[in-house]
Amino acid sequence: MSKRKAIVNTRACVACGCCMKVCPKNAIAIPKGICAEINHNLCVGCGKCAKECPASIITVEVRES
Amino acid sequence: MKQNKKWYNYLWIASLTYLILGFFNILFAWLGLLCFFIPLLIALIKGNKAYCNKYCGRGQLFSLVGGRFGLSRRKDVPGWMKSGYFRYGFLIFFFTMFFQMLWNTYLVFSGTKNLGTAVTLLWTFKLPWHWAYHGTLFSDGVAQFAFGFYSVMLTSTVLGFVTMLLFKPRSWCVYCPMGTMTQLICRAKHRNTPQKS
Repeated sequence: MSKRKAIVNTRACVACGCCMKVCPKNAIAIPKGICAEINHNLCVGCGKCAKECPASIITVEVRES
Repeated sequence: MKQNKKWYNYLWIASLTYLILGFFNILFAWLGLLCFFIPLLIALIKGNKAYCNKYCGRGQLFSLVGGRFGLSRRKDVPGWMKSGYFRYGFLIFFFTMFFQMLWNTYLVFSGTKNLGTAVTLLWTFKLPWHWAYHGTLFSDGVAQFAFGFYSVMLTSTVLGFVTMLLFKPRSWCVYCPMGTMTQLICRAKHRNTPQKS
């Protein structure tokens, strides 16, 4: 499994849903309308969400485990 | 595109049609209230931002024009623009202007003021718009509200369009007053449930 994972700065997230729309793995949800939540079991770290995010608050980071 | 397109992926057509209709008959501006009440009701009842996430036609229009057609520099928005101060400040400013517009409508309803057939862009510039007014069956106030509301919608579209060109396609979403407000409602609704980090 990929070690690169998308990380959301939840405090700055505006919950617009742009990331959700571009995610090829459907790994992103905004269940409470507050911020995007990424399912790291599904995330492959492609970075599409980070590129799309209008607030640029998603980063792709290398995570252990 | 990865997913099958759903009916709501085409709501940008509705947003575009709305803007065009306002050029022909200003009374269509009333339909814009849907963009106010639907997101609020979804946030209040369901406690989510499904409107922003799925149904917002304006967001779709920006991602189409800025994304697919490439009319965007795709740069990061400046830090201050995504700060809470600016987002909440803009929300307050927007609503102050909105209530001022409602007050103006009231004055026309009550007969204190005459109908002004102009569309005010960016809260400053009065654009002549009399050609989109063909009279109303009701009070002049009905038309005044339409002019006022269309001004709000046109102004926000213009702002969104400018930030689309300068920054990322859907930069408008960062400071959209409706988005900020629905997020606030969601926060309030879920304040007792812990956030997953």
